[in-house]
Amino acid sequence: MVLEEIWTTKELFVYPNEYIYWSIQIVMYPFMTGLVAGAFVLSSLYHLFGIKPLKEIARFSLVFSFALLMVAPLPLLFHLMQPARNFYVVLTPHFTSAIAAFGVVLFIYASIVASELWFLYRQHLVESSLRLKNQLNLSLAGKIQLWTYTILTLGASDLSERALRLDEKAIKILAGAGVPVACFLHGYAGFIFGSVKANALWMTPLMPVIFIMSAVVSGVALCMLTYIVTMEIRRVIARRKRGSVLYPTVEQIRGVEMHEMRITARYLIFFLIFSISLELLDLVFRGYTAVKSWDILRNVIYGKDFVNIFVLQYILGNLVPFILLLIPRITIPRTLLALILVLFGVFMMRWNVVIGGQSFSLTFAGYMHYHLPLIPQDWETFKEGLFGALFIGVMPFVLFWALNKIFPVFDLQRSP
Amino acid sequence: MDRRSFLKAALRGSAALILAEGIGDILRPASIHASPKPLRWVFLVDTYKCIGCGFCVKACKIENEVPFEANVSRTWVERYILTKDGAVFADTPQEARNGFTSRLIDLGEGRVKDIPQEKIDKAFFVPKLCNQCEKPPCVQVCPVGATYKTAEGVTLVDRKWCIGCGYCIMACPYGMRFFHPLLHVAEKCTFCYHRIQKELKPACVQACPAGARRIGNIKDPQDPVTQIIMTQRVSIHKPEYGTNPQVYFIGLSEEVR
Repeated sequence: MVLEEIWTTKELFVYPNEYIYWSIQIVMYPFMTGLVAGAFVLSSLYHLFGIKPLKEIARFSLVFSFALLMVAPLPLLFHLMQPARNFYVVLTPHFTSAIAAFGVVLFIYASIVASELWFLYRQHLVESSLRLKNQLNLSLAGKIQLWTYTILTLGASDLSERALRLDEKAIKILAGAGVPVACFLHGYAGFIFGSVKANALWMTPLMPVIFIMSAVVSGVALCMLTYIVTMEIRRVIARRKRGSVLYPTVEQIRGVEMHEMRITARYLIFFLIFSISLELLDLVFRGYTAVKSWDILRNVIYGKDFVNIFVLQYILGNLVPFILLLIPRITIPRTLLALILVLFGVFMMRWNVVIGGQSFSLTFAGYMHYHLPLIPQDWETFKEGLFGALFIGVMPFVLFWALNKIFPVFDLQRSP
Repeated sequence: MDRRSFLKAALRGSAALILAEGIGDILRPASIHASPKPLRWVFLVDTYKCIGCGFCVKACKIENEVPFEANVSRTWVERYILTKDGAVFADTPQEARNGFTSRLIDLGEGRVKDIPQEKIDKAFFVPKLCNQCEKPPCVQVCPVGATYKTAEGVTLVDRKWCIGCGYCIMACPYGMRFFHPLLHVAEKCTFCYHRIQKELKPACVQACPAGARRIGNIKDPQDPVTQIIMTQRVSIHKPEYGTNPQVYFIGLSEEVR
């Protein structure tokens, strides 16, 4: 009769109303916002600090960040018991709540990413609409394309040197403003957990910082991963189109790919070290100070959740990819494996925070166990189960594919 | 517009604003309905008197339309058993809605434990209900302001405005909140606000055959509950969270979770 009974079992003394209320979708929520923030930070490394080797992946990350951004609020929506009332957060925001500002922060961030995207692609949009306008006998699809491009230019069709220079300047400013907002968006997700004084595992001021660092790690890793996959697809296409003047050769693609990966991997390792150090600091500090809650936390961390925390998160998700990336003469398959493991590690970190934080009772004398619903029986077990999470996970790629039709990430003749 | 007329207009404008603000204050529903005498509801639980019959839980569920068979409740009773070798056992089988009818301790996951009579050092019951905190963390974290503290100190939930995010459930250190199984919004003990407004007793207080539960007005020095709180040694649950709870206990020992 109680919904949460589907996935919660209780052991020893647990208050009657305690269940795992925040389940898989709340694991997905910080995971997705983390990817958004990370992807944006990666793109800003080029636009803001002018790290030239990252030019190719920077454009890619920005478009991908926008795709992720559109999915980021979905897990929260899925999780709400009254999803139709979601906009009440904007109607009557109660600002003492850490969740209240979510709509505002997300909106500000979305506007920044959208405008940066627009400035970055303005030239392409104008040129495409002009090209289509000059074509005779446009098909219906062509007409729709023409309309889309023309509307997206917002009437700003000036392509003079001065206008393009202004575009570049705007991108730089937006990238600069975006980094703190991206960090805020995700640090804020950390604050939602870190400020819950009733939860002994969550409550630490380090939580927002830990979240930001792991966010950058996961965002960079996902961008690299998707970049490699799309480059491999392009390599296959290039092999088929061998001899075509318009298309880059297999060797050209491989060259660009390896170069971008080597540089980005360095940033990934840097953020990974930061992220692990903070998490270990938190763990050591809790053990050393050993306040009242430590007894039960120790049982959870070193007992019940040992495999999840130490084997899956720290060893498989952090240590192994760290070593894989550090061994010299890095190859694409090895990078790919390391990236998948890094993403898995960050996902497990979110899992261990959200589910781990609810796996012990407020009585400090009992435990709760989470059983992820696998096969959906109804709408509730779909959205709070494996398939709901997979749906959220796949959405950004679908959106990225769709966005790529209007904002092509590769083979732009000229772009800032 | 010259400077003189601008200043005049500004002065008139601000005077009008101040006046409007004052009228708004007078017309506020809260100021019309404000009770003539100071009122702050508090609760007194005498754990020595509780016999673990569970009538309070039963009465609460029926009165407040929380499905009886659902494993959630606005109030519950805990049983503590301390053995001679220093072990502490505690349980609250089905929130004690049917009372404690078995000697077996509920260990969860379908397991039970029988503790022989001669090994028991002491055993007692502790009724629990919302503490109606002076500084309620559940109100602080609600993103839409659907939960709020009334002037009489009772925290309520607006069922028409709750979005069901569950943040309040996470924020309560006492595990008092849950999702209503049928309404799918946050649910909690209200001291039976609909009853106490009409000078009736809360359902659990009325149902208790032992007088273990009492409600009172802490702002009224003549109130018998207030007099006990003021003159006897009472304690509050989990003061370390800084919530300033307003349910006072007699005989709350340190084993109580």
